[in-house]
Amino acid sequence: MKTQKKNTWAIFWAVLAMLYFFVPMLGTFIFSLRMKRGVLSFQAYQSVLADSRFLESFRYSATMGIITVLVSVLLLLPTVYWIYVKVPWMRPAMDIITILPFVVPVIVLVFGLIRTFGRPPFQLTLTTFGTDILMTAGYVIITMPYMYRAIDVGMRSMDVRTLTEAAQSLGSNWFQVLTQVILPNLRIAVLSGALICFATVMGELILADFLVRPALGSYMAGIGRSKAYEPAALAIISYGLTWVCLGLIQYFSRGSQEQQLTGR
Amino acid sequence: MKKTRNRKLPGNSQWQWKNLIGLLPFFLFIAFFLVMPSLTLFSGAFQDVDGHFTLANFSFLQNTFALKSYLTSVWVSLITSVIGGVFGFFVAYAITAERAPRWMRNVLTTFSGLAANFGGVPLAFAFIATLGRTGFITALLKGICFNGAGGTTICPFNPYEHGFNLYSVTGLILAYTYFQFPLMVLTITPALEGLKREWSEASANLGSSSSQYWRYVALPVLWPSLLGATILLFGNAFGAYATAQALTGGSIYLVTIMIGQQIRGDVLGNPNEGYALAFGMVVIMSITIFLYVMLQRKTTRWIKS
Repeated sequence: MKTQKKNTWAIFWAVLAMLYFFVPMLGTFIFSLRMKRGVLSFQAYQSVLADSRFLESFRYSATMGIITVLVSVLLLLPTVYWIYVKVPWMRPAMDIITILPFVVPVIVLVFGLIRTFGRPPFQLTLTTFGTDILMTAGYVIITMPYMYRAIDVGMRSMDVRTLTEAAQSLGSNWFQVLTQVILPNLRIAVLSGALICFATVMGELILADFLVRPALGSYMAGIGRSKAYEPAALAIISYGLTWVCLGLIQYFSRGSQEQQLTGR
Repeated sequence: MKKTRNRKLPGNSQWQWKNLIGLLPFFLFIAFFLVMPSLTLFSGAFQDVDGHFTLANFSFLQNTFALKSYLTSVWVSLITSVIGGVFGFFVAYAITAERAPRWMRNVLTTFSGLAANFGGVPLAFAFIATLGRTGFITALLKGICFNGAGGTTICPFNPYEHGFNLYSVTGLILAYTYFQFPLMVLTITPALEGLKREWSEASANLGSSSSQYWRYVALPVLWPSLLGATILLFGNAFGAYATAQALTGGSIYLVTIMIGQQIRGDVLGNPNEGYALAFGMVVIMSITIFLYVMLQRKTTRWIKS
């Protein structure tokens, strides 16, 4: 009797949650189909996809996303590896340091970046290239908590020291250890970190908006001010993109148990 | 390369400080792009226009405009973290309930992951398309009409005639809840899974009811994680900018919106007050994250093993 009652409540809350998830999504989807009066059509999507500024901003954000992922992995992978092999006593400190980007909200970060790098001696905002460097740095900072955690979790699940010693005794140098032993074992962790990183960059508004670069976020904000149906279509496209990124993470991490080497 | 290859892994403490050299790129990056920008703002917050030390910038708290922005931000964050926290807790309970169907767990977990990551401008668009003035649900509710007395038609369900307005604090709370409660689900589910089955069985054996079990066993174990997760939600909402900007066009003065306008064009009329505004945000976020980390540590004691 009791468990029966419990289960009813569980289903009640589950249904409520699903309604909260699906109703806005469904509403947005149907709304996006109503651009042509009286019939349901994909015209809003056609209009979005035909807009050259959409494609440009999409390409720009995707490029920035990939660059961010590369810089982030290049910076964090050797760092985390170094910590595990050489200075494991730094790990608690690193846990705190990598959570700092949460302490500084993005709007405050961009404020600080503009005030710091908008004037000598480190003036970067004069050229588009300099601004892009600043954007990438900002993105790497914003996504650092996710990327660090992903790599850290992956690194924890294998015996880094033993693998390193084994590789070294076979004559490989540090670079070879990192690229040929550690990275292949970490590929799932790095990949899921990378996908979250990428999804975050694709949806980010603040950095691009205040540094005035043509990213997807700024484009969407602009469309939202001037159009009615295209924003709904963009929201659905954006949903789809996040969906694909998270789906890929789930797909890749499914086989992670068998594929990761463990020394223990 | 040869040298490094032959070097032994360190054991004594003399080596340890030298070993930090490998972390140099990371620390330089953090120093350059996180610490330095923050310090620029912080030092500006304690300086007057000529660069002398002052606390006068914090008089912005007497500026009703700025103070109100803080109050609005705290209010919205508080409300959405409590609503999202409670709702999220029940959903997590539904996920971990003993006889919950497996597909339901999967769907809820997947969607929580999706919705917690779905914020910013597209979220605002989704709510405008659904509950905006011409949105899908609004139109649906508007269309429910009855024939009233004397040939008039009454449409009693138009939400906008009952004081509802999406482009307001209410709308903001509705939209924020969309990413708040899934985040709660994601953070609290591990804690709920950590509740051992033996505990509920033992308390049942001792003759306690389900509500007594929750009151005297489960909640006392869970409260640090519950509080911690709710605090995390607070921080999550407090730093949000894009959704509010896109939903209301910046007409609701959250602190983040104020700072945004300060960056664009010094609305406060004093750049240093803008820095003080940003400094205040970081202080609040630091307290929030500190409490979260502390409570999280307290929790792991129970969840482990």
